[in-house]
Amino acid sequence: MIVAKRKPFEEIKKMLEGYKRVLNVGCGTCVSVCLAGGEKEVAVLNAEIDMVRRLEKDPVELGELTVERQCDREYLAQLDDKVDDYDAIVSMACGVGVQFLAERFPHIPVFPAVDTCGLAVNLSVGRYAERCRSCNDCILGLTGGICPVTMCAKGLYNGPCGGSHKGSCEIGADQPCAWNQIYERLSRQNRLDDIRKLTPAAEWKDQVPRTLIQPGYEKL
Amino acid sequence: MSTENGLKSGSNLEKILKAGHFAFTGELGPPRGTDAAVIREKAAFLKGNVDAVNITDNQTAMVRMSSWAACLLLLQEGLEPNYQMVCRDRNRLAMQSDILGASALGIRNILCLSGDHQKFGDHPQAKGVFDIDSMQLIGMIKQMRDEGTFLSGAEIAAPPKLFIGAAANPFADPFEWRVFRLEKKITAGADFIQTQCIYNMKKFKEWLSLADDMGLTEKTRILAGVTPMKSVGMARYMQSNVPGMDVPEEIVKRLQGVGKGKVAEEGIKIACEQIEELKEMKGVAGVHLMAIEWEHKVPEITERAGMLPRPTID
Ligand code: SF4
Ligand code: SF4
Repeated sequence: MIVAKRKPFEEIKKMLEGYKRVLNVGCGTCVSVCLAGGEKEVAVLNAEIDMVRRLEKDPVELGELTVERQCDREYLAQLDDKVDDYDAIVSMACGVGVQFLAERFPHIPVFPAVDTCGLAVNLSVGRYAERCRSCNDCILGLTGGICPVTMCAKGLYNGPCGGSHKGSCEIGADQPCAWNQIYERLSRQNRLDDIRKLTPAAEWKDQVPRTLIQPGYEKL
Repeated sequence: MSTENGLKSGSNLEKILKAGHFAFTGELGPPRGTDAAVIREKAAFLKGNVDAVNITDNQTAMVRMSSWAACLLLLQEGLEPNYQMVCRDRNRLAMQSDILGASALGIRNILCLSGDHQKFGDHPQAKGVFDIDSMQLIGMIKQMRDEGTFLSGAEIAAPPKLFIGAAANPFADPFEWRVFRLEKKITAGADFIQTQCIYNMKKFKEWLSLADDMGLTEKTRILAGVTPMKSVGMARYMQSNVPGMDVPEEIVKRLQGVGKGKVAEEGIKIACEQIEELKEMKGVAGVHLMAIEWEHKVPEITERAGMLPRPTID
């Protein structure tokens, strides 16, 4: 899923300076699961904004609504007849949701309340770890199901580098060396020959905005 | 494609290795400023004592004068540079253009490195490029030189002439994989190898014998890395803070044992003993002396290690 982290309150507060009616829109999918921007987080943020603005004698009228998915038109439609009651929108969705919201309501300023951190797995409640940078040219088949683009600090295609030390990456003892893991997994599977060969330079496919059309949907 | 005399680059280092001499290379770190005199002063200590001088490229991810510019200053002083290039700071466009420029300026050796992670340097918030990795960089330069084409396949008008070097760290993990990585670099096109500083001689020999068994010492020229310890503090620092460094406790103990004021002398003594030992080792084609910020000691070390006079080849 996509994981995100709530922005520091001060940053959100600054973005909302001068606005008197603010709608806070949560997202019920990824950011809800990772505890950053679901219904509960929307309520918490609104309570915080309300309290601080009251204290500063600058009260703000707040609305809240959490849609199933902000990255889907279908779910944004329910906002159409509500947004004009507000002079700003806060989105607690990932960067994709924020943009889709801003695109649908171009006449109203939309502000992000979270920092989107990546495509991650759920390690345990509240703990997530990035696994994919959506490079558009997956090499997991070669690397034992461990992504060097994401998990190697240098994104090397032919690792491990000379900094790999006792299973850790050169950036710190807490960070496992992805290439050491790849080596160990492939070794166990008797597939080391795969990485004995030189992997050629990547042909980066993520350097322009990508549009994806699944086969059969070309004309829609 | 090699030149008429069968040389790939015609560099002094290439000629010395080809003639079967035991090579001896040095290292020089460019300044964090524009003072060319700093390079000239350091170069004076190295001149006549080494066959080529590695010029580091934003070493430890700290901004320094560009490697190619410092290489040019070295050429002007009559020394042969070994241009280091890391993958951290530039993409394939910048790398290839710098390679063309370097060759045009008369630089004939290049050392391909991944580069320390930017986190260690003075701009830890920088975006690491790593468009290609060191292995792919070796292959790219070989392609430029031997096939006369850019990575994209387009033809180069007057391809670069470079003797291609790569690094090897026998002390990094997983140990068993290190020789295969060496093999990979040789296959990619490494004409010579410079190793990480050796303190754990036992482990180095183990690695070398594995490389020898695979026939790798015949396919490339391995220059063993030596760095004299200046102090106990430096030894301790390298032991615990420098990624990929293996400093056995007995080295630290030996330095501690000699008492105040004599540690640096002991460090040089260890380095000289290492060089003596490496000279006799099958599969070692030379020594790469990295006297970090200790260039003025190079003449003494070279002399004491029996590395003088350096051979001259036309
Ligand atoms: S190689 Fe890594 S970044 Fe690319 S798609 Fe696969 S998992 Fe994602
Ligand atoms: S130590 Fe391992 S994970 Fe870290 S940069 Fe090197 S190869 Fe990548």
